[in-house]
Amino acid sequence: MISIWFFIGLLLLIYGVLILGSGIYEYYNPPAVQTVVLSDLHAAIWWGALLLALGVIYITKFRPGRNG
Amino acid sequence: MQAITGFCWLPALFLQAAPERLLHLSSVDIAIVAIYFLAVLGIGFYLKSYTKTGEDFFMAGREMTAWVAGLSFLAANLGSLELMGWAGNAYQYGILAAHWYWVGAIPAMLFLAIVMIPFYYISKTHSVPGYLKLRFGEPARALSAISFGFMTVLMSGINMYAMAVVLKVVLGWDIYFSIWVSSITVALYVTLGGLLSAIFNEVLQFVLIWLGALLISIIGLIEAGGWSGMVARIHTNFPSQDFTHLWSTLGSFQDNPMGINWVGIVFGLGAVISMGYWTTDFLVVQRVISAKDLRSAKLAPLIGAAFKMCVPFIVILPGLLGLAMLDTPGHHFLVAGNVAAAALEKGQVLHSYDEVLPIMLARYCGPGLMGLGITALIAGFMSGMAGNVSAFATVWTYDIYRAMIRKDATDQHYVTMGRWCTIGGVLVSIGTAYLALHSNSIMDYVQELFSFFIAPLFGTVLLGMLWKRATGPGGFWGLLCGTGSAIGMWAWVRSNPAASQYIALSPYAKPQAENMFRALWSAMVCVLVTVVVSLLTKPRSDKELVGLVYGCTEIPSEGHLPLWQRPIFWAGVVAAAFVVIQIIFW
Repeated sequence: MISIWFFIGLLLLIYGVLILGSGIYEYYNPPAVQTVVLSDLHAAIWWGALLLALGVIYITKFRPGRNG
Repeated sequence: MQAITGFCWLPALFLQAAPERLLHLSSVDIAIVAIYFLAVLGIGFYLKSYTKTGEDFFMAGREMTAWVAGLSFLAANLGSLELMGWAGNAYQYGILAAHWYWVGAIPAMLFLAIVMIPFYYISKTHSVPGYLKLRFGEPARALSAISFGFMTVLMSGINMYAMAVVLKVVLGWDIYFSIWVSSITVALYVTLGGLLSAIFNEVLQFVLIWLGALLISIIGLIEAGGWSGMVARIHTNFPSQDFTHLWSTLGSFQDNPMGINWVGIVFGLGAVISMGYWTTDFLVVQRVISAKDLRSAKLAPLIGAAFKMCVPFIVILPGLLGLAMLDTPGHHFLVAGNVAAAALEKGQVLHSYDEVLPIMLARYCGPGLMGLGITALIAGFMSGMAGNVSAFATVWTYDIYRAMIRKDATDQHYVTMGRWCTIGGVLVSIGTAYLALHSNSIMDYVQELFSFFIAPLFGTVLLGMLWKRATGPGGFWGLLCGTGSAIGMWAWVRSNPAASQYIALSPYAKPQAENMFRALWSAMVCVLVTVVVSLLTKPRSDKELVGLVYGCTEIPSEGHLPLWQRPIFWAGVVAAAFVVIQIIFW
């Protein structure tokens, strides 16, 4: 059976790509009216990168066919 | 403690209509939510081929590791309306709300791990009513199973309706659309993979809840200038009230915004309600007894306890940050639910306490992160519902259908019954959700009724495990009288609100205090009746109690394991951390 941690890694990887991509897009195309407080922190970029990194780690460590 | 905690804030939310949506999702947010639904369904379809026998479907094959069982144990509780409800309570009552995560959870989890799990596990029971059958006989099991099964599906439906209302308020989604989409999704993945699928998805949901909600607290603390900056702002906003101390304001009912004292918190919440919920509610116990061995089963609640201690960081802290960052000196930005509803009738839009979490989400999270935060909320709702439905399927199939209707069918027949029962449970839940749509008072009653069964059940199970003189008639009558006394006290206060002062021992007591004291009295009635009836009836022999009772059961020794692999060591670590936290926030 494939480990649940592999599925979690896969989902985090996809979410990481989407959120990081969204953050980078917004960095270069900031909205005319900023409604998010502390938007200059660009949380989507570093949080997206964190999810992406976690996803890669979990997918690698728990990929099917590799023992734990 | 979803059943117990929910009723204190739900009425406020339900009084509101949705004048306009609170949040707006971008296309990337919608993609994130949609991918989540696909993921949970995909896991359900994948696990179908691994659930062939009754043990697979109802007990996840008893093969879960300590980590999976422990995180699932916690996620099943984190679900429902826990996130938004307790964030709202923290905004209303301050850090006192954290008692429900600390003294109202940690001691009980440690007690479950070290004292009670060996009996659940060694007896090889498949449910808490199943343990009562082994220990006290069929009448106690029947009473417990019927009340649990009935209340669980009702609770599931009410939580489903509550989720739909939240999605309408927050996102503007149609209530019927939310009810059907979420319930069909849960029904599909639990029907396909049983408890295994529910547990796997709960672990996934647990991770998403943390990653989706954690950022609110991190950015909020940056904006507030750290913990000390946040506390200073709260004191500036409300100099005459104390929102930031955990114990020092509990000397009397008048000194704190919750209207409760330390006796209610320590004995009502910590010693009875919390013990009852975490050690006897089959919704959470089922996850632990699915562990692969006794050591894993003991470690699972300890892992859950370690994470439970941290949950206030994503639930209570956003409420406190709301007090610091949304409010101005002497003025709350958010109002009670009934005030918001009254304002709405006059065409004025006010936001209620319970909306503090989505408001903070919108404050700090832009596209992408917003979708992740909403996914965290939906994941919380779904994990709670799946927990209810999978526990109901087990209790119905094993403790009602097999015990009272068809005793000698094949294992495959019971698996098929479990699958149909899952669908049936979801349909009944949907019916309850529609009922709640037309009568909010029914929803309140059911939430409170559910909590009535918890405290007496704890008294019955505890005496059953620790006192070998307790007899079958004693267990049955104790449970019945304890539950009856809780319902009686509740009805007394409903018919005469002044009666609350006799139950909670103070005219200043508020509803939360009454809940705690009612639980305390009902557990005492249960214990008293059990002891008296047991002493008047014939006890079972020690031989019949092997594997069920302390003193008649040999608990496998862990002395051969290194210290750091022993559950008792980690229980000590968690207990020490718990004490340190209480002192820090005293």
